[in-house]
Amino acid sequence: MSETIDLKLHVWRQSGPKDKGAFADYSKHAKGISTHASFLEMLDVVNERLVAEGEAPIAFDHDCREGICGMCGAVINGVPHGHRKQTTTCQLHMREFQNNAEVYVEPFRAGSFPIIQDLVVDRSSFDTIIQAGGYVSVRTGSAPDANEIPIPKQISDRAMDAAQCIGCGACVAACPNASASLFLSAKLAHLNLLPQGQPERYRRTRQMVLAHDQAGFGGCTNHRECEAACPKGISTDFIARMNRDVLVASLTDKDGELI
Amino acid sequence: MELESHCPTGDIEKRWENHRFDLKLVNPANKRKFDVIVVGTGLAGASAAATLAELGYNVKAFCYQDSPRRAHSIAAQGGINAAKNYQNDGDSVYRLFYDTVKGGDFRSRESNVYRLAQVSVSIIDQAVSQGVPFAREYGGLLDNRSFGGAQVSRTFYARGQTGQQLLLGAYSALAKMIAAGKVAMYNRHEMLDLIVEDERARGIVTRDLVSGKIEAFTADAVCLCTGGYGNVFYLSTNAKGCNVTGSWRAHKRGAAFANPCYTQIHPTCIPPAGEYQSKLTLMSESLRNDGRVWVPKDPANAAKDPRSLSEKDRDYYLERIYPAFGNLVPRDIASRAAKRMCDDGLGVGPVVGDKRRGVYLDFADAIKREGKARIEEKYGNLFEMYQRITGDDPYETPMRIYPASHYTMGGLWVDYDLMSTIPGMFVLGEANFSDHGANRLGASALMQGLADGYFVISYTLGNYLAKKGKNDVGADSKLAKKAVKEVEKKIADLIEIGQKGSTHPDEFHRRLGTLMYDKCGMGRNAEGLKEALEEIPKLREEFWSDVQIVGSGTELNSLLEKAGRIADFIELAELMCHDALDRDESCGAHFREEHVREDGEAKRDDENFAYVAAWEHTGDHGAPKLHKEPLEFEYVKLSQRSYK
Ligand SMILES: Cc1cc2nc3c(=O)[nH]c(=O)nc-3n(C[C@H](O)[C@H](O)[C@H](O)COP(=O)(O)OP(=O)(O)OC[C@H]3O[C@@H](n4cnc5c(N)ncnc54)[C@H](O)[C@@H]3O)c2cc1C
Ligand code: FES
Repeated sequence: MSETIDLKLHVWRQSGPKDKGAFADYSKHAKGISTHASFLEMLDVVNERLVAEGEAPIAFDHDCREGICGMCGAVINGVPHGHRKQTTTCQLHMREFQNNAEVYVEPFRAGSFPIIQDLVVDRSSFDTIIQAGGYVSVRTGSAPDANEIPIPKQISDRAMDAAQCIGCGACVAACPNASASLFLSAKLAHLNLLPQGQPERYRRTRQMVLAHDQAGFGGCTNHRECEAACPKGISTDFIARMNRDVLVASLTDKDGELI
Repeated sequence: MELESHCPTGDIEKRWENHRFDLKLVNPANKRKFDVIVVGTGLAGASAAATLAELGYNVKAFCYQDSPRRAHSIAAQGGINAAKNYQNDGDSVYRLFYDTVKGGDFRSRESNVYRLAQVSVSIIDQAVSQGVPFAREYGGLLDNRSFGGAQVSRTFYARGQTGQQLLLGAYSALAKMIAAGKVAMYNRHEMLDLIVEDERARGIVTRDLVSGKIEAFTADAVCLCTGGYGNVFYLSTNAKGCNVTGSWRAHKRGAAFANPCYTQIHPTCIPPAGEYQSKLTLMSESLRNDGRVWVPKDPANAAKDPRSLSEKDRDYYLERIYPAFGNLVPRDIASRAAKRMCDDGLGVGPVVGDKRRGVYLDFADAIKREGKARIEEKYGNLFEMYQRITGDDPYETPMRIYPASHYTMGGLWVDYDLMSTIPGMFVLGEANFSDHGANRLGASALMQGLADGYFVISYTLGNYLAKKGKNDVGADSKLAKKAVKEVEKKIADLIEIGQKGSTHPDEFHRRLGTLMYDKCGMGRNAEGLKEALEEIPKLREEFWSDVQIVGSGTELNSLLEKAGRIADFIELAELMCHDALDRDESCGAHFREEHVREDGEAKRDDENFAYVAAWEHTGDHGAPKLHKEPLEFEYVKLSQRSYK
């Protein structure tokens, strides 16, 4: 493969939430891109060229650039984080693209993720969901010895599978209903699987599901686009698990007694 | 400026307990009357904000990301140390203390380090109770591994995502307190100044990164938890937004900056591939448990397929030079050895600048010994990450690694109570200088951040507030308004220069980074440092006349954010070089090429340099003023490190 490529690059520009926004053609700025560069490094190069012409750089969120903070995210040729499986935008590398490829870059789109500028969206509704119950109520200093409650390895591993979610929002952007069920169910499964999460299990489930719905996210109708888009490969099995917990929660009162 | 460490004396095992007893308490009804600002929501900040709010204080917390859970702590891979001795392999609080003092090359305070080792055990309890899914054995109990520089297995881990899981735990506690109305959370806010009057921190000035609004927030105390300054080197393993701005602006308001030259370079990062490189990715150090480091003996073999080279053509230099520790020597030793190999022309991989900057980390033997499945279980996600970035498959061909700036031991000076030289301003986590001396051991930063946030500040802050009472300066005071005006003016000035300027802020940052790696990186010498001290002011001047900024201050403006941070990095770089020049010895990660032992290792000079160097800011272009806090070692006998 050649060491550099040219792209036919189209990037969504939108100056603010009220602006209508449109694609801008940056093909002229996206020439001679190293195939070893990451997607965000490609945008850096384009931005440096734009700035040299006195134009405002494309705004995009990013921080760790190693696929863990969940801050980056763009829809690349129709797919959140691009077509490479289990890869965040920052970890996508240009060797995945052909010379002269058409590349369309736009923000994660969902009613609950209002656009702030260009590719930057407001995902604070995810924090609201966590605040509704995504924790174990344990005050600092009141914890028993860490080995007091053994946890079967397979349970702990399963909880870890769920806990890997980086909260990027790709699942929402991928879902035809703009549902955050994959995010929500991963957060629930992480805590609901562990012994430490049991006392608040059904209360947590009820409250977080309610917060999800109130934030305007849609319901899950099993398209499973979310799983395909998830950079951490989180499984939709967790959604099934959540539905069981929701069912039990609906049969119990707030003290956890069956009604 | 007075440096009073307030370290307790007497039996080291009792110091923290006795000190806690001596601290004044704020009664529960009164805690509600106190406001505390916490800047930063990494491990240190999130744990502090949650804990202080649980105690009853009203907390305002700030971070520059769009959510507190994205702080850079999230990227920590390898693990967290704690003296639990679950493995029954001889660990103890004392041993962790001993290892940390020795690992820090005798440049930290014994009292602080002992406390850190003591509270380490509670951190694991706390995290497990929050639901942190640490790795477990089949019996259901917690698993441990050993980590760079330690001969016991005391490191707890959650796959390769320990920092993520610990941060999500602390964040969940924070979220609970946000929901309870005890924490007001300000995302996408950057602290740009500290408000100080009459020897007391009164609040901070922030910029809303979306609207550009400059605003003052006041409180009875301020906790800075803004992380480290490794990005001064431009290419580092830190997140792109990591900055020194919070610490630096506080420094300019009177907080002493301690040991700025103590910066750690991590030996196992993916080497740079080209000019556009924006950051370097760390491959967890745990890889050194099974990978073997080597270079070709003959430079002529540098570009050959490594698999084609037979054993006799390879130099496993770490195993050769350090037979006792082999590939597990401490970070600074491993980093310097790699740099030496590459300087000598034995490096591998693409030529960047004028040399190949890489050495092999080879898993072929481990795969042969343990099977691919076992190696995949241990390092699968790291191997995947490596392949995603480089396009090479480490199961098939050796990884290439090279050292990169990773962690900063230096930071704002704090006393035993974590209070800076500005009363009422506390500093937690990587932002302070406190516990790691001249070199940090692997898996000890997460421990320190959480120790500070969960278990230290909760006591020491109360003592300060009980003694000092409320701060009577509010956000609508003259003082606060003046502080806002000053920040607004600075931004307006920067934008004015930026509209005429022609050089992208990143270009200045790259130049600064290259200079710092060159003159104040893994190896330093007086001549180079003096050159740097001449070049940095020139770079600063050029920056302030030619930096380019497009757009205004009243919108999301990444160029403006960058420019502000780089301006501070340039000033910090100068202080780092002063400190490195002044410290005319080698110790830990600070390697002065003039002071080398016969075996090639760092040669300390305890007679003249067993002190903390705390620098006072003396005005924008004045020479910084050095204050010394002497270090005494009652428990761990001063000895030269030896990992042979
Ligand atoms: C890749 C990598 C791997 C690591 N692995 C390990 C490991 O395995 N074990 C270990 O012990 N350590 C590890 N470390 C080190 C460790 O992760 C850090 O030292 C530690 O997490 C720092 O925590 P902190 O809370 O002090 O700061 P951070 O987590 O950096 O948080 C800083 C916070 O301050 C905020 N902030 C910064 N500046 C401003 C400002 N001006 N205004 C407002 N907010 C601001 C940020 O938004 C953020 O919330 C690793 C580090 C790296 C880079
Ligand atoms: S920038 Fe952190 S996940 Fe991409």
